[in-house]
Amino acid sequence: MDFQVVVLAGGTSKNLVPLVSKEVPKALLPVGNRPVISYVLELLELSNLKDLIVVVEGQDAAVRVGSWISGAYVDRLHVEVAAVPEDVGTAGALRAIAHHLTAKDILVVSGDIVSDVPLGAVAAAHRRHDAVVTAMLCSAPVSGPSESGSSVGKDKAKKPGHYNIIGLDPTKQFLVYIATGAELEKDIRIQKSILRAVGQMEIRSDLMDAHLYAFKRSVLHEVLDQKDTFQSLKQDVLPYLVRCQLVSPSSEVLLNGAPQTEENGNEKASSQNNQLMLSQILANSSTPSFHELYALGPNGSTPVRRTHKCCVYIAGKSKYCVRLNSIQAFSDINRDVIGDASHLSGYSFSAQNNIIHPSAELGSKTTVGPHCMLGEGSQMGDKCSVKRSVIGRHCRIGSNVKVVNSVVMNHVTIGDGCSIQNSIICSNVQLQDRVVLKDCQVGAGFVVTAGSECKGEALAKKEK
Amino acid sequence: MGTQKKNASRGSEDPVELARVPLQAILLADSFTTKFRPITLERPKVLLPLVNVPMINYTLAWLESAGVEEVFVFCCAHSKQVIDYLESSEWFSQPNFTVTTIESHNSVSAGDALRLIYERNVINGDFVLISGDTVSNMSLTQVLQEHKERRKKDSNAVMTVVIKRSKPSQITHQSRLGTDELFVAIDPNTKQLLYYEDKADHAKGSIYLDKLLLADNPSITLHNDKQDCYIDICSPEVLSLFTDNFDYQHLRRHFLKGLLVDDIMGYKIFTHEIHSSYAARIDNFRSYDTISKDIIQRWTYPLVPDVKFFGNSSIKLERQGMYRASEIGQSRSAQIGPFTVIGSGTKIGNTTKISNSVIGEGCSIGSNVSIEGSYIWDNVTIEDGCKLRHAIACDGVIVKSGAVLEPGVVLSFKVVVGQQFIVPSYSKVSLLQQPIKQDSDEELEYADSSGGIAEISSITHTVDKLNGEITNQPFETQCWPTSELGTGGAGYVWSICEGGHDEEWRHSVAPIPADKLSEAIHAADDDLELTQDGRSLPPSGELKPDSNDSEYDDDGESRDDSIYFGKEVEATFLRAVHENITVDHVILEVNSLRLSYNKVAADCAGDLFYSLMKLALETPQDSASELVQATTNVLAKWKKLLKYYLAEIDEEIEVILKLEEICESTKEFAPVFDKILYQLYDLEVIQEEAILRWDDEKKDADESDKVFVKQAEKFIQWLREASEEDEEEDEE
Repeated sequence: MDFQVVVLAGGTSKNLVPLVSKEVPKALLPVGNRPVISYVLELLELSNLKDLIVVVEGQDAAVRVGSWISGAYVDRLHVEVAAVPEDVGTAGALRAIAHHLTAKDILVVSGDIVSDVPLGAVAAAHRRHDAVVTAMLCSAPVSGPSESGSSVGKDKAKKPGHYNIIGLDPTKQFLVYIATGAELEKDIRIQKSILRAVGQMEIRSDLMDAHLYAFKRSVLHEVLDQKDTFQSLKQDVLPYLVRCQLVSPSSEVLLNGAPQTEENGNEKASSQNNQLMLSQILANSSTPSFHELYALGPNGSTPVRRTHKCCVYIAGKSKYCVRLNSIQAFSDINRDVIGDASHLSGYSFSAQNNIIHPSAELGSKTTVGPHCMLGEGSQMGDKCSVKRSVIGRHCRIGSNVKVVNSVVMNHVTIGDGCSIQNSIICSNVQLQDRVVLKDCQVGAGFVVTAGSECKGEALAKKEK
Repeated sequence: MGTQKKNASRGSEDPVELARVPLQAILLADSFTTKFRPITLERPKVLLPLVNVPMINYTLAWLESAGVEEVFVFCCAHSKQVIDYLESSEWFSQPNFTVTTIESHNSVSAGDALRLIYERNVINGDFVLISGDTVSNMSLTQVLQEHKERRKKDSNAVMTVVIKRSKPSQITHQSRLGTDELFVAIDPNTKQLLYYEDKADHAKGSIYLDKLLLADNPSITLHNDKQDCYIDICSPEVLSLFTDNFDYQHLRRHFLKGLLVDDIMGYKIFTHEIHSSYAARIDNFRSYDTISKDIIQRWTYPLVPDVKFFGNSSIKLERQGMYRASEIGQSRSAQIGPFTVIGSGTKIGNTTKISNSVIGEGCSIGSNVSIEGSYIWDNVTIEDGCKLRHAIACDGVIVKSGAVLEPGVVLSFKVVVGQQFIVPSYSKVSLLQQPIKQDSDEELEYADSSGGIAEISSITHTVDKLNGEITNQPFETQCWPTSELGTGGAGYVWSICEGGHDEEWRHSVAPIPADKLSEAIHAADDDLELTQDGRSLPPSGELKPDSNDSEYDDDGESRDDSIYFGKEVEATFLRAVHENITVDHVILEVNSLRLSYNKVAADCAGDLFYSLMKLALETPQDSASELVQATTNVLAKWKKLLKYYLAEIDEEIEVILKLEEICESTKEFAPVFDKILYQLYDLEVIQEEAILRWDDEKKDADESDKVFVKQAEKFIQWLREASEEDEEEDEE
């Protein structure tokens, strides 16, 4: 498939402090004891998309991500890692690597997606409609984090916030309206012209833009060139393309929406266009989309208007698709990967529905419940209890420790009698005896002194 | 009423009980609009023939077949004619179908009608609300059942509106019925109506939906491809709602939108979409044309000419959609084309061609006549060699030989078109003169028709008189201006009211002319380009798009605001002058204005000063010096008022700027700028500091801006010297 894939792996996202640090950029945060970016890479590999550019913000982070990828996927994928400056935004990142993009269509994936949606299907939908952009939509999480999550129940009693407001045509194949970010706070404003063209539009608030797009390269280039203020794909480029789909500003799009190869100059005879389009319609042997009808204009014979198509691929409700873009999401995804969405983890579960590495050592009367994961070489003392948690590699856990609903990364030392609930413990943390943590995040290398009790705090070493 | 409701709720569970609740309908035999004028000046709309049968018969026949047992016909305009017609018809003598007329002479809207019916207390359950110009063959069973079931669950579901798919033209933005495009938002699961916009403001390129709508519903469908059938299933509350909200006039514009906007009472409106059945309302001449064709092409079966229902005579369907009554006199050489209806007793001459038309009863059509897409009612005489295209000719019209009716012509009753005369497109001709009070303003439609009713009643008298006259006297004795309709013509050509001219082609029976279409296409394209370049395509950034907008809007608003504020201040001031209101009261009033318009003291000072100057200008004076004198007088009199708003130097500068502005725009003041400035100083309205600062500000201005500075140069010079002296003195 002539698709080039860009994986936007981000850098050290501020949302995720203190989980991320210079040593651990966002892409390498562990989900089920492997870096989050591996989920995307393997998903791409499944769809046989092996020609990748991974874009990382910041030089150091790029080196780290690059070395991990080259170690893990040396023979399997053809990966280039490109570093871009920080804070250029997603559109800026693409602009920076634009000269590397040569294929006809570009698939842009966010590096923090954990999903099982077949990416090949998105690419195919894009190709089938010869669209300018195809966006993947997934159902927005209705009640916030995992259904079983109990501690956060109170906030969810209120109406769930909307992630996007999305307008679809009746066939649910085309995107005719999208509102993101601050627009969500305002009343919904819909252009009548597009409504007239589609006749009927379904406005949904239960769908979310999953930040996975297929772009026609020529158009993407043009938009990025012309609109140098565009920063974000999600908030600038996509809404822009959606808004002007009936009056395509792009010269790369021929009158009838057929692609124009650059060598062909500007204009073809309209009759030729017409034939081209007729043949297209016949080839698809389906009714023309509203774009084509609209482009035909009132006479119905010669295309008079430039249009382009913005397509959507709506992931089924049963599919899993979440982005790791907040601390909440980090714990949710970790829980889901060993719980509800366990097929994503790629591990095989034991009869107790958990994964305990053979080299892990458990003390007597220690129980590891279902939906748990215990990494390689970790040791646990006596009378411990682990529920719905992920524990990384080479951790040392004392006796009488309770770990519930938490993520413990690698090389963590936990003293006797600790209790950890709904917390995230980063690598190399040392918890001394009888520490009680609830709803806390502990940054890498931090030492929690004996007997401290924390609730809802973020503990981290001061940045040097 | 309580027992009735119980019956209703139990009834739907038990089919036997259901039968016991008689289904009622309210039929409005008045559309409360003026779209069918001039014809409706003489005959009510519901009695106009639609494929040779008065419209109301279609509606009543459908209601009867749909299982309605009791119909209340509300008559208003020409109520006598409607009642007489119903009495002469068989509608009053049907088994299981009661027709009751309710007459009113002072209702001006559907709202009034429903309030009156509420007072009569005749409706005691769910009812069908429909106007007497509706043609339909839909079954009511399903929609009634849905309505009742919703009512059982939620007593706030008061109304179910029937809609049908119909995509309006993208070019003209109107449906094939000639009605404006409709934008509705519907909850796809519950079918609740969430938004309704007809009478779309074409200037607005976007629709605004309240974001709260999506908070309640995860998904909404927004439609542009629906048509309102104007068939409503209502619960009795609808009537009381009209009574509670006495300002509701229009069923859609006020009632429907009122309920949608008002979420306090929580009343809900639902929709029911029909797919295979027919339902449409005759709203204007175009829908008259469209629906006539639909009837001829049998979309409305069983309400078609060859099926006997009330009011039509036996007529046979032939090949190519031709309907011919039995006793017609047709010449062999006449060519009667497809989709044509010929009424009984009509005679057609040699080599006449008729296609896509409806000819009434007892017409006589000469030779070599060509009739295309026209509606000829009863007893019309068309002499030899006439050409009619897309015209309507009412009863008794005479078109003399060789006359031509161009597309869109409407000839009202008994109009005579002279020989060889060409009636231009879209003319409306009537024996009655156009009512002088013609207001095309939508808002005033009701006020208009209220005037219209009084008018109509007076006109109907004149009609009767006229009829008498016409039958008694030969036409020649009446002196019609020959220029209007040619020699021997009779009738007034109505002038098309301004503003309406553009729109005439939209609602006419004639198809839309090509030039109008291409115009509309251009307009649409321009529209698109506008949205393309303009505000809906913001450059970038999350907030920018709308901040751009709001800036724009705010500008417009604040500009408007300033103008209004200025006017209000001026009006307040003038009232004070004329009614001798004390200064303190004026200050109070101006202050309240200032607060409500969110203005600062400087704005008040500026506008008050402007009003003062205007007052001074209005006092009669002959020379510049007198003007200065008058100004001084006014200023002296109202000094206190002005001074109240001049607490700061900035406000005083504002006054000087205003003075400049005034002098720029009024030539009387221009030469005396410096004198007035001096007076202001002299009266201690303005301090020298303000004048000097104004002078400083102006230093860097353009030459054109400095005209008045130069004029006042001497004075300023003097001021400067004086102040320097002061300073010097101070120093000493």
